Amino acid sequence: MRGQPTNKRLEKHHIENLIGRIYMSFCVLLLIVIIVSMVYFVASKGVANFVSGEVKVSEFLFGTKWSPEADTPSYGAFPFISGSFLVTLLAALIASPLSICAALFMTEIVPGWGKKLLQPVIELLSGIPSVVYGFVGLSVIVPFLRDTLPGQGIGVAAGALVLSVMILPTITSVAADALASLPQNLKESSFALGATRWQTISRVILPTTFPAIMTGVVLGMARAFGEALAVQMVIGNAPFVPHSLFESASTLTSVITLGMGNTTMGSPQNNALWSMALVLMLMTFVFVLLVRMLERRNRI
Amino acid sequence: MKPRTADKVATAVIVTLALLIVAILVSLLGYILIRGMSHISWDFLTSAPQKIRAGGGVGPQLFNSLFLLVLTLIITVPLGLGAGIFMAEYARPGKLTNFIRLVVEVLSSFPSIIVGLFGLLLIVNTFNLGFSLISGALALTFFNLPLMVRITEQAFRTVPKQQKEAGFALGLSKWKIVTSVLLPVALPTIITGTILSAGRVFGEAAALMFTAGMSSPRLDFSNWNPLSPSSPLNPFRPAETLAVHIWKVNSEGLAPDALQIAAGASAVLVLTVLIFNLAARFFGRFIYRKLTASKRMS
Repeated sequence: MRGQPTNKRLEKHHIENLIGRIYMSFCVLLLIVIIVSMVYFVASKGVANFVSGEVKVSEFLFGTKWSPEADTPSYGAFPFISGSFLVTLLAALIASPLSICAALFMTEIVPGWGKKLLQPVIELLSGIPSVVYGFVGLSVIVPFLRDTLPGQGIGVAAGALVLSVMILPTITSVAADALASLPQNLKESSFALGATRWQTISRVILPTTFPAIMTGVVLGMARAFGEALAVQMVIGNAPFVPHSLFESASTLTSVITLGMGNTTMGSPQNNALWSMALVLMLMTFVFVLLVRMLERRNRI
Repeated sequence: MKPRTADKVATAVIVTLALLIVAILVSLLGYILIRGMSHISWDFLTSAPQKIRAGGGVGPQLFNSLFLLVLTLIITVPLGLGAGIFMAEYARPGKLTNFIRLVVEVLSSFPSIIVGLFGLLLIVNTFNLGFSLISGALALTFFNLPLMVRITEQAFRTVPKQQKEAGFALGLSKWKIVTSVLLPVALPTIITGTILSAGRVFGEAAALMFTAGMSSPRLDFSNWNPLSPSSPLNPFRPAETLAVHIWKVNSEGLAPDALQIAAGASAVLVLTVLIFNLAARFFGRFIYRKLTASKRMS
């Protein structure tokens, strides 16, 4: 037989657990509601032009002419889509070798003071707000490019340079984590065979950690693809496909930033901007998918 | 090339590039601080901006940024804690947990401009809250929540298992163990992470342009009634933050000293983020010593 006090304590115990569970379920449910409504709202606005027949999907994706205010408006977003991909790829190309070297420096070459030196540097770099990067790009990189290279300074090259500094910390920290978690005996056996440090790094360490390092690169690219203000400040925002790296161009984000406030809600032009937002969102899914695939490869 | 020479060359290249990154940061910080510091004064920090004339400050913007940060943290911390605790202590491996993990991952990788646009559509237009502090805070919630969930989950995972087992051995309920045994141990990590995420929220601009708005009404700093439209505490007024101000001054500023204002404001922003960084380290250690027995051990 149970005594009264035990029963009471049991009850309290259950109520406590119940309250906790309700509270947590609410929080988790909220997360799911946010993401579902986000996808729903952006998608429903993004397909409005295609559903009403105002713009064809193929015209939007591959049309090179963006003139929404002309008598026969055309909504070709190809210059912006290609611009986004171009600056993202360039930024990844510049930042990846630098980041991988920094990670190797921290973990393989001078693990002691190298880590102490670079860790805070990486943390600080990732903490600097994107508008500050844009400001520095505008007041340092753009004049520098204008003075040394052809063109106006603003353009694809400036955008890619600013973005590459912004994604350095992302790639470096992921790569450094991957290198640090590599089993020690792999390295030791390579050294035991008489390999030099570079042979070990290039033939053993980098191939083994390749998927993990690529995860960092993809995460960095995802950040670069979605970055809006810093790019908008330095890229020049011309609605054409650029012919050289020193010409002005636009990205999806820069067009949305500039256009969203100046167009009326519900107009075809405004809806075309939402379609671009939808493209950005779909690209985010692609990046997340890529990261997941790479992580799965990494586990084996 | 002989392996030994290749090794030396490769090492030299790696060291050079790593030091290049350090040089980039040092010159970046140096540039921002040296250029901006000369423009920072008490007057710059407190006076209102000027549209066309020179000599404007960033007072209202600075206040808006801080107020928005506080509002956001009030909303996100409890929500993030709840979901994070669920992920760390309650979620069993399975389809649902995988799905929630995917949701957090996707939500945290959405570009901030998408978050801003969603805020514009849902909060500003559908809920009819207009360009206001509260709209901005809610948009920042979408932005900050996945981060809080991760921070909380990681903090709980680092708590030694024995602490939990000891709690069960004492016959405590699971929720009681979570709140009175695990939470205090995880708290320093959570606080450090929260302050670091606050730095990110403080510098965020793209998500706020379409939600908190790009203008600030005339504020009367002697009016502390939160319902009056000119009161700085009114959460339903539009509020331009410091980061948005930097963007606006750079892209469409008309004041003759726009570049100096941008430089000064950038320096304020970077300094604040640096302070957040240092505060995170300091507070984490301080609270850890307060809440645990490590004081006696050392």
